[in-house]
Amino acid sequence: MDELIFFINRVLISGTVLGSIYALGAIGITLIFGILRFAHFAHGDMMTMGAFIAFVLASALAALGIVLPLPMAFAVLPVAMVLTAFLALGIDKGFYAPLRARGARPVTLLIASIGVTLMIQGLIRLLFGSGTKSIFVAGESKDIFRFDMSWAGGMRPINITEPQIIMFAVTALLVVALHLFLTRSRLGKAMRAMADNADLAQVSGINTALVVRVTWIIAGSLACVAGTMLALDVALMPDLAFNIVLPIFAAAIVGGLGHAYGAIVGGFLIAFAETLAVFNWTAVLRPLNAVLPEGMALPANLALVPTEYKLTVAFVILVITLLLRPTGIFKGAST
Amino acid sequence: MSAASASNAGWDSPLRRGLLLFAAMFVIVVVVGLVQGTASMLLILTQATAFALIALGLNIQWGYGGLFNFAIMGFLMVGGASTVFLSYPVNMAFWESEGPMMLGRALAAFVVGVALVMLARRADRIGIRGKWKTTLVALAWFAGYIIYRTQIDPAAAYIESTAGFVGGLGLHPVLGWGFGGLVSAVIAFYIGKISLGLRTDYLAIATIGMSEILRALIKNMDWLTRGTMTVSPMPWPTPLPQHLQAAGMSITESFIFARLGFLALVIIILIGAFVLVQRAYGGPWGRMMRAIRDNHISAASMGKDVTGRQLELFIFGSILMGIGGAMLATFTQIFDPSGYQPINHTFMVWVMVIVGGAGNNWGVVLGAFLIYIVWIISDPLAQLIFINLSQLTSSLGWGAIPEIDSRALQMRVFVLGVVISIALRYAPRGLIPEVVRRG
Repeated sequence: MDELIFFINRVLISGTVLGSIYALGAIGITLIFGILRFAHFAHGDMMTMGAFIAFVLASALAALGIVLPLPMAFAVLPVAMVLTAFLALGIDKGFYAPLRARGARPVTLLIASIGVTLMIQGLIRLLFGSGTKSIFVAGESKDIFRFDMSWAGGMRPINITEPQIIMFAVTALLVVALHLFLTRSRLGKAMRAMADNADLAQVSGINTALVVRVTWIIAGSLACVAGTMLALDVALMPDLAFNIVLPIFAAAIVGGLGHAYGAIVGGFLIAFAETLAVFNWTAVLRPLNAVLPEGMALPANLALVPTEYKLTVAFVILVITLLLRPTGIFKGAST
Repeated sequence: MSAASASNAGWDSPLRRGLLLFAAMFVIVVVVGLVQGTASMLLILTQATAFALIALGLNIQWGYGGLFNFAIMGFLMVGGASTVFLSYPVNMAFWESEGPMMLGRALAAFVVGVALVMLARRADRIGIRGKWKTTLVALAWFAGYIIYRTQIDPAAAYIESTAGFVGGLGLHPVLGWGFGGLVSAVIAFYIGKISLGLRTDYLAIATIGMSEILRALIKNMDWLTRGTMTVSPMPWPTPLPQHLQAAGMSITESFIFARLGFLALVIIILIGAFVLVQRAYGGPWGRMMRAIRDNHISAASMGKDVTGRQLELFIFGSILMGIGGAMLATFTQIFDPSGYQPINHTFMVWVMVIVGGAGNNWGVVLGAFLIYIVWIISDPLAQLIFINLSQLTSSLGWGAIPEIDSRALQMRVFVLGVVISIALRYAPRGLIPEVVRRG
């Protein structure tokens, strides 16, 4: 039983946490690619920016002496989402729209997004320093829930933190909301039409400028949620999401660029592949030692990949996917 | 100058523009030299020259062939690690231990793994086809990986605990640079084979992923590269300041002359590479490459082997990157895998090529020097601004700016971002654009 609990703690919970973050980020990347046809490299830093906005708002509220039962950064999330969406619109207007108006190629836009990445990172470091911060302001702490498993014969509890529970709920809520938006609303349908065939959408009278704006709003606000959740789960730092932007891209590509559902599938796929690859299987298989003959005992560490190589798992999956299905599982768009 | 020969009108805009820009860069270099001292100017120039070589490599790939290579950091690391292996002094503790034997067994296991995969790929000969063959190949990969891991893990642990790391072969650093280029070429061949079939954005993401895989490998193969413990001091191909001091030179002079020697060597290599790359551009080979870049479909229909040619470009460019990376590691005398960052080593080279003018070698060299100097001086410049601002704010009673040093250092990244945005907006074809000859 303890082995199962260990598995739940180490694989199921952390895989779902990572998967939620990857999925929320990958949806933004995939929507931007689908509508605007370029790989938005600055998406990771948009996540970091969202987290820092939440941090500033939370600190401001805490300074006013407000105390809430939830982590403050989570309570201010709706406002932070709106602010990040506005900033995303501003970035588009300032840096990408002029290039698009000139008819620049997608590669130029990709390089422009690298410029945006560097500027956001520089500004964040300038304003907040390059050290690590805690997004739990004013003496808040990360609550850990321990589910006692003794009724099932387990010695250890299942551990889950409050931010993790919140994250599961929020991700589920946002995914359902996005699904309803894309399938039920006129605008959502317009978005899907434009992702399928931009020229056709334009001649059918779809307001493409509006669709572009909505894309940035959705991408920006989801990035804010993902960044804040990541900061709540780990810690807040200037390269918070820059480090995971590549696995997020991998998730979006594996799912097929341009497909929102593909991004969710890809996100969870990559996250679980990473967690399972570095999981120490000996911890689960230890009871086998009683059955195995002498001298065949399992080694102390039976991870498929050493922990240092965790991130490479995403790239290996990415490369394999690109080789087998060059545009992802769900047949994504290409430029 | 190609820009000159390209336009028959003589003293007209491309040449004048180029000369003016190079003159402006020369003035900047002189100013930096006056402000920061000659030794520090030579340091910047030497590193900028190495980056110019790397930027030329990217220009072959992107400017000539339109290939989206974001694995530059990986090739710089490969170059650095290769030169460590060839030119770092011999580590007798390793060669006298069990290490070579264990590594030999790991190599044998590797060969067995490769053989398994090769055999599985030929399984159709004995009637195993379709899904079954795919399964068999996947199983062979898995088995090969397990076999290799069972041998390399104990060998790595043993070497790390006894001799520290393999050490080098003690050969001349210039040979190490060549070896860096050679290893980069081999790796570029495989990366190209895997990823060149992909379209632009996908190629960018795939290569950036490969570069991260390379980084993870080099950083964690402590037995070969010493990982985060870093290798230093790397030997120099030219006399070191310490040698010159021993010969009776003053400390300031010794640094200047040692760096001058290194700079001369690096410049000779850059000029050699430049001449070759420039000639290739004008020749039939370059014309064919541009034809493929501008319209690969029509080039393919004219009977050009598009993927094969692109692989050529990818390998040639990567050789220059490997050599440049090896030079940088030798010059700083330290190989530190943690010091490699996509921002400093991939994006910056891209900015150099974009700002300079993709497709124009003169532009790329100019861009390399200009961007490297901007990158270096934006730190002291920001510091100066912050210190003055800080005095202002504290005189206003708002308090001084905290952590000026670390913040100023981060301004480099911001400035790089601003430069790239401005360049794309106002000079999308670069400072010295490619001259398109017609007729």
